[in-house]
Amino acid sequence: MSTQQIPVKRSWFTPARREAFNGWLFALPWILGMVLFTAGPMLFSLYASFTRYNITTSPQWVGLGNYESIVNDDFFWTSVYNTFWMVLVKLPIVVVVSVGIALLLNIELPGEKFFRSIIYLPNVLSGIATIFLWQWILAPNGLLNRGLALLGVDGPGWFVDPDWTKPGMVVMGMWWIGGNILIYLAALKGIPRSLYDAASIDGAGNWSKTLYITLPLLTPAIFFQVVTGIIGTFQIFTTAYVLSGTDSATGGPGQSMLFYVLNLYNRAFGRVGPAGFQMGYASALAWILFLIILAVTLVQLALANRWVYYENE
Amino acid sequence: MAEQLSTLQPVTIPKQESTPRTILSPGRFWAWLVLVLLAIVWIAPLLWMISTSLKTPQDLFGSNWIPNPIAWDNYVDAFSFGMWERWWVNTLIITAVSLAGVVLSSSLVAYSFARLRWAGRETLFKLVLATMMLPSIVTLIPQFILFARLPAFGLQGSDVWVNTFLPLTVPAFTANAFYIFLLRQFMRGIPNELTEAAKLDGATEFRTWASIILPLSKPALAAISIFAFQGAWQDFMGPLIYLQSENLYTLQIGLRQYEFAFGGSPAWNWLMAASLLVMLPVLIIFLIFQRFFIEGVTLTGIKG
Repeated sequence: MSTQQIPVKRSWFTPARREAFNGWLFALPWILGMVLFTAGPMLFSLYASFTRYNITTSPQWVGLGNYESIVNDDFFWTSVYNTFWMVLVKLPIVVVVSVGIALLLNIELPGEKFFRSIIYLPNVLSGIATIFLWQWILAPNGLLNRGLALLGVDGPGWFVDPDWTKPGMVVMGMWWIGGNILIYLAALKGIPRSLYDAASIDGAGNWSKTLYITLPLLTPAIFFQVVTGIIGTFQIFTTAYVLSGTDSATGGPGQSMLFYVLNLYNRAFGRVGPAGFQMGYASALAWILFLIILAVTLVQLALANRWVYYENE
Repeated sequence: MAEQLSTLQPVTIPKQESTPRTILSPGRFWAWLVLVLLAIVWIAPLLWMISTSLKTPQDLFGSNWIPNPIAWDNYVDAFSFGMWERWWVNTLIITAVSLAGVVLSSSLVAYSFARLRWAGRETLFKLVLATMMLPSIVTLIPQFILFARLPAFGLQGSDVWVNTFLPLTVPAFTANAFYIFLLRQFMRGIPNELTEAAKLDGATEFRTWASIILPLSKPALAAISIFAFQGAWQDFMGPLIYLQSENLYTLQIGLRQYEFAFGGSPAWNWLMAASLLVMLPVLIIFLIFQRFFIEGVTLTGIKG
């Protein structure tokens, strides 16, 4: 113990102020990033959406010119159709299958940990390599079609047939539902057994228990997955870009894989439309997408009250 | 008498199931069988990939799972095109730097939200959460514009940030909303007594963060590191937009260029071999740290 007199500091910099200072200081990396790489750029792109801008020369104001061109562009409407198709078809399938498999895994069966690892494995592997793999598996004479032939079914051309490219992407996407399954599984394990026991006493069978206990209590997790799933699906790019190969400027066979972000990328970097980068046009596209996603998310949040059940209400 | 009455607990007798709960009960057996089938379907693509990578061109059109003969040479020949040594080093550098950057900055920012009290903290945190929902495409174009104008003074042979590693590494040092969220949840659970004791001994916030909170946050930091590693290693759009010289490509871009090197149809056996090796580092890390991966995923779903 020191025998010195410790002077009492009565400075403006009180402990509370010091903590506040440190609070802001430690949060600075994110704040800087927010200003420099998010908010700043977003504001600039809002401005740019009203200009013609190819980076090398300064922006030229065109008012609503970009927005007009967008509305008159066939590629834009094709991309909107393709993107909405994917959201409306893929998500329900993913939810139903993921919940189903999670229910299956929730039954205590031998080897559960092993099954969980296998099912989650593909989520670890993403990137070009896996897209090539599925291109190979869904080739007209690929593994899947050979398997279907064994069952007497004539498999379609998948990624070379305009009508089957998007279904092919859905089939391929199913390989990666492991993450969703694990989240539902965690939610299932959180449901108290006492609820099921009480239902048993009242004479409820397994089917009723699933319908009236399990599913309602799963709705928060389902809601979260649907919201994030929609936001993600609206932004499909890499898969479409790689699968359309040399036709990525037009979105593959019959423009069937021209998704919104692919169209945006093509425009931004001058692969379609008038010569040169069209950053102004692309910025307008980006803002339109942002507003669409925002609107869809808000609608979901509003509808949530109808079907999402929160236990502590 | 009174003691005996008080020990009488109400007993709920759950409805007895008609069949004993063993592996052999029909319902459970069929469920287990379905699970086995699912596992086979899930792992089949990977096995087919390995099988294809070891086949000769003639064997490619056969439906055999075991190649005949086994073409080990594919793993050498596949890399005879393209600048693979450079690509692999580039990917490693970009991944390592952005991994370090994002973990460091996210843990600093999370510390602020979790352990420090300051005005505006909750509002700012809500903003952090909001950015998680922001579609990245809205910032992509303007960021490109920014990086196409920001000077790089000749770094990696470029005047501007575009066509260098800078756009792919520097932003990582401004933290990631998702990791901030995860770490904050975790850090809040650390008992206050530990940090209060340190403060009494005169430790600065930085010291507290470094010596107490960080070591105790290892599980969350591990989960984040794995996500960040995977994200950086497999990033395609970033390198696609920012890396234009072939010697700067990452493995993902290189692999795609590789597909076109063969004109029309790629040599699928070589492509599968190259693809497997590109996937390998992430696969290995997953197999070693499985537990953290799955914990990290479930952490996000429940809190969400």
